[in-house]
Amino acid sequence: MSETGAALAHHFDDLEQQHDAATLGMWVFLATEVMFFGGLFTGYTVYRWQYPRDFAEASRHLDTTVGALNTAVLLASSLTMALAVHAAQTSRRRALVGFLAATILLGSVFLGVKAYEYHDKYAHHLVPGLDFTYEPGAAREFQIFFLFYFFMTGMHALHMVIGIGLLGVISYLAWRGRFGAEYYNPVEVTGLYWHFVDIIWIFLFPLLYLIGAHL
Amino acid sequence: MTGHVVSPRLYLWIFAALLVLTAVTTGAARFDLGPLGVVVALLIAAAKASLVVLFFMHVRYSRPLVWIAAGAALVWLGIMVGLTLTDYYSRPWSPAPRGW
Repeated sequence: MSETGAALAHHFDDLEQQHDAATLGMWVFLATEVMFFGGLFTGYTVYRWQYPRDFAEASRHLDTTVGALNTAVLLASSLTMALAVHAAQTSRRRALVGFLAATILLGSVFLGVKAYEYHDKYAHHLVPGLDFTYEPGAAREFQIFFLFYFFMTGMHALHMVIGIGLLGVISYLAWRGRFGAEYYNPVEVTGLYWHFVDIIWIFLFPLLYLIGAHL
Repeated sequence: MTGHVVSPRLYLWIFAALLVLTAVTTGAARFDLGPLGVVVALLIAAAKASLVVLFFMHVRYSRPLVWIAAGAALVWLGIMVGLTLTDYYSRPWSPAPRGW
């Protein structure tokens, strides 16, 4: 009891129960996040159903290679996040801080590439509401595709920014030695959030970048 | 010790599988599969998401309550997408009201 006393909050029976409660609470939150992004995916589905050809044509303005490489970067950040949780579970403080830093770095690279892509779209006058010029042959519905593109990837990027902020706090606490085998719930729960954001991108990539690749 | 410890070797295998599936979906998109294209893309994405959920997010080793919470999210997502699409699908069946 003495070794677990510091890690165990008084309203839990034991560490196992405390860990289960934290995990379940995060999953309930993630369920609400599925609803949030689900609304965007539903709207996307409705409009792509109405204008399949225009969506495919507009999608060709996105760089498939850049999107695929950025997907790999994000998947790598999920790997380092999973390894960070493993380092916490096995009480390896230096490895934990290292993997958290790697996750922050990879997440930042992803956002940097995203910023480059946004700038590229702006330079090509493909930002609805701000600067959108129809190229010859472009349909009005192109704007709808790009609205979904910016809103969905923008919401995803906002979640990444929040995730990087959370990881910064967790890294500081990890560096201070707050986490170990008996208590690492904040690391685990932040990891769940990070992997969830990864999953959103796993669906965004084929639905936004790849629908015009065969044309 | 709380929670299941997954070996880093397994994490690396999952990561490798995710990269392969990313390459497969990028390659498959270059072929014109007609209406099957979106099905293939979504099946591959669902496979990748399942790997992340089951292993990276430890759901494979979690209690039934976590399965229920994750499953409930999918059920409600299905209701939202399903009912919305039945609405749009059936709209042309009845003529739009006119004159008001």
